[in-house]
Amino acid sequence: MKKVRIFSIVFLAIIFSAVLLADVVAPAPYAKQFREAPNAAPSMKHWLGTDDLGRDALSRLLYGSRVSLLLAPAAALVSTLIAACIGGLAGYLGGWYERVALAATDLSLSLPWLFLLLTVRALLPLNVAPLTSVTITFALLGVLGWSSSGRIICSGARAIREADFVLQAKALGCSPRRLFYRQVLPNLKPVLSAQFWTSIPIFIIAEANLGILGLGVAEPLPSWGNLLRGLENWPEVKASPWKLAPVVLLIAVVSCFQLVFQRREEIAS
Amino acid sequence: MSRRGYIVLLLGLSCGLFGWRAAAQSGGELRFSIKSEPKSLDPMLADDDSAETVRYLTAGVLIRLNRQTQKLEPELATSWKVLSGGKSIAFELRKGVSFSDGTPFSAEDVAYTMRTLMDPNLHSPFADPFRSATGEVKVEIKNANAVTLQFPAPVANLEQLFDEVAIVSAKSLHRDVACLGPFVVAEHAAGASIVLRRNPNYWKHDASGKPLPYLDAVRLDIQQNRDLEMLRFRREEIQLINMIDPDAFDRLATDMPSAVHDAGPSFDTEQMWFNQVASAPIADYKKAWFRSQNFRRAISQAIDRGDMCRIAFGGHARPAAGLLSPANHFWFNQKLHAEETDLTGAMKRLADDGFHLEKDVLRDREGHAVEFSIITNAGNKVRERLAVMMQDDLSKIGIRLNVVTLDFPSLIERISHSFSYEACLLGLVNVDLDPSSQMNVWLSSASNHQWNPEEKSPATEWEAEIDKLMRAQASSTDNKKRKEYFDRVQEIVAEQAPFIYLVNKNALSAVSPSVRNAAPVVLRPQTYWNIDSLYLAPASAGGRP
Repeated sequence: MKKVRIFSIVFLAIIFSAVLLADVVAPAPYAKQFREAPNAAPSMKHWLGTDDLGRDALSRLLYGSRVSLLLAPAAALVSTLIAACIGGLAGYLGGWYERVALAATDLSLSLPWLFLLLTVRALLPLNVAPLTSVTITFALLGVLGWSSSGRIICSGARAIREADFVLQAKALGCSPRRLFYRQVLPNLKPVLSAQFWTSIPIFIIAEANLGILGLGVAEPLPSWGNLLRGLENWPEVKASPWKLAPVVLLIAVVSCFQLVFQRREEIAS
Repeated sequence: MSRRGYIVLLLGLSCGLFGWRAAAQSGGELRFSIKSEPKSLDPMLADDDSAETVRYLTAGVLIRLNRQTQKLEPELATSWKVLSGGKSIAFELRKGVSFSDGTPFSAEDVAYTMRTLMDPNLHSPFADPFRSATGEVKVEIKNANAVTLQFPAPVANLEQLFDEVAIVSAKSLHRDVACLGPFVVAEHAAGASIVLRRNPNYWKHDASGKPLPYLDAVRLDIQQNRDLEMLRFRREEIQLINMIDPDAFDRLATDMPSAVHDAGPSFDTEQMWFNQVASAPIADYKKAWFRSQNFRRAISQAIDRGDMCRIAFGGHARPAAGLLSPANHFWFNQKLHAEETDLTGAMKRLADDGFHLEKDVLRDREGHAVEFSIITNAGNKVRERLAVMMQDDLSKIGIRLNVVTLDFPSLIERISHSFSYEACLLGLVNVDLDPSSQMNVWLSSASNHQWNPEEKSPATEWEAEIDKLMRAQASSTDNKKRKEYFDRVQEIVAEQAPFIYLVNKNALSAVSPSVRNAAPVVLRPQTYWNIDSLYLAPASAGGRP
């Protein structure tokens, strides 16, 4: 297990280094169109081939990873923090606060987000740089994506509130503030962590889906989301398996994160 | 073998062959998909694709436009004559024709059809082109087989309009189903399918005297999902696909090369335009760019249309020369050619307007960096590719283009109501050969005059000239003169580039090898325009003795 963890750390280090040094490592600018070679197979010039406009797939994967690896966790962090505040406090405090918070969560879950996002997009200016558009997209996802995590965290907090060790702490005269920070929050950490890690791929996929509605990362900036959109065409992917590189990288990165941080949780608990 | 033996063998073989052919040409159910439930099965109200499909397969018309030759041919009218400079038309009708329910066809049916069609309460989309002036259409029945229609004013392209007028029965007890076309609606499962059965009283026969159509039935499955449609075609559950996108076409070509048909450039165009609406919520200096002919022409010159055809359409498109496709044999202005990519020429035009490059960024006279957004509909991969290619092309002359994909309703709202956009990339589907059908685009007062809709008076001299020419061609019945007028319209559009035409995409279709006599064309309906002579190969005909 230790070897697997070390391998995961090394792998993540390599990926992060490559992603941060994309300007140096990438064989071509991500937007450069090699129009004489659209949909090219891997070669010495294009290690992962080219996309349908002749853009170097490896370069786009590196730059796209940079966007997604920085912004998807940021959005996941925002949504988990909101979920922790609303759900965690609701579960811990109970009573009318829990009822109100759960009603707000239910309302949030029942809203037609797609239409809300379309309305938000309609209100945004058209002339925004691709980097601004990607930041807006992930910020929207972070702010709007807390509700299902909130419900899970609420039920986790409720279970802790009713646990024997919390009763004992209360009986010993522990203040509510101390109780929350010393007893509840550390015990909620695995739930929060799980919510955080599961949110990252969800947000990456959500960004890809939003792209179909014009809400995703604007061209020519790549992201894992719009790279994954290239997999819509399964017969083409079957004929060119190297096009699976973004999905392989996504699975590998998320799995490595899980392995590394799962161990941290074990040590912490 | 003796000589007599050979003769018997030959006779046997020929009988066998002809017998097989006769059997093969009869029967079978042709299946294909329509994208939605038809809004109406009334042939006079068919204004969506699905309803038009049903109308084409079931309706009898006086004159038919041959989709292959683009020439008019007699159908229920054996001959016709346009009189009084396009104010009236006299038809000689075919004798011995009956509706599908057996009711005989006569001049009374034509009169009834025209009266019903022109009833303003019906709101038929096919009546509008006949309304060249206020007043009633007079119908004079000379005898059972001769009828003359008289309009209040000359109607341009009068004969061709009858290609879309389905003749309905005046006397039939089953007026809603009785028809004169090759098929009749037999079953309709709302939202699922429509089955059309062979019209036993259809008047046409083939060269050998055999009654047409050959097919027993046509089944139209309502299928919105294009991937599923393709899957069903591959499984041979359906036999035709009318319009395929280039990616799907190439994939199918790999697996079923004999099933795909590229009929060459279609009538459809892909184009971009700049918002020139005076009240549009965009900066004044940008409005000034967009109103400049030099700016628009420079953008046009910077775009590599050849690469667009090759990369975005996989070679299944041609660089567009203008508002008409060369596929429109008569009306296309042969003097026009697609704009060649010329970055030097583009920079020269921009320099004439005071634009200059500063550290690879194009700036206008006042120093504003040239940057604008282009909107297009999200989910259309080909169009998204075109936009990104334009983005790359324009970056070569220092222009930053922001590509914004929007859902279709938002896009329509912006280009038709709020005018909150800078440039737009969309396609135009042309279904009509005649330029009169484009009046709603080219008249400055028209709602589809997209760069500046519904102008109270023409905003520019060249728009005023187009108005004059379009009205002149619409009021003339002399096709030679009309062509002269419309040729000039095409030249003005090429000079002024209010629409920057990019490509004419090819008419791509798929026809199962089991369908015989298929000859896909560019005009709609591409694959089944000759439905009455299509038949299925014996193995596919299925269930017919």
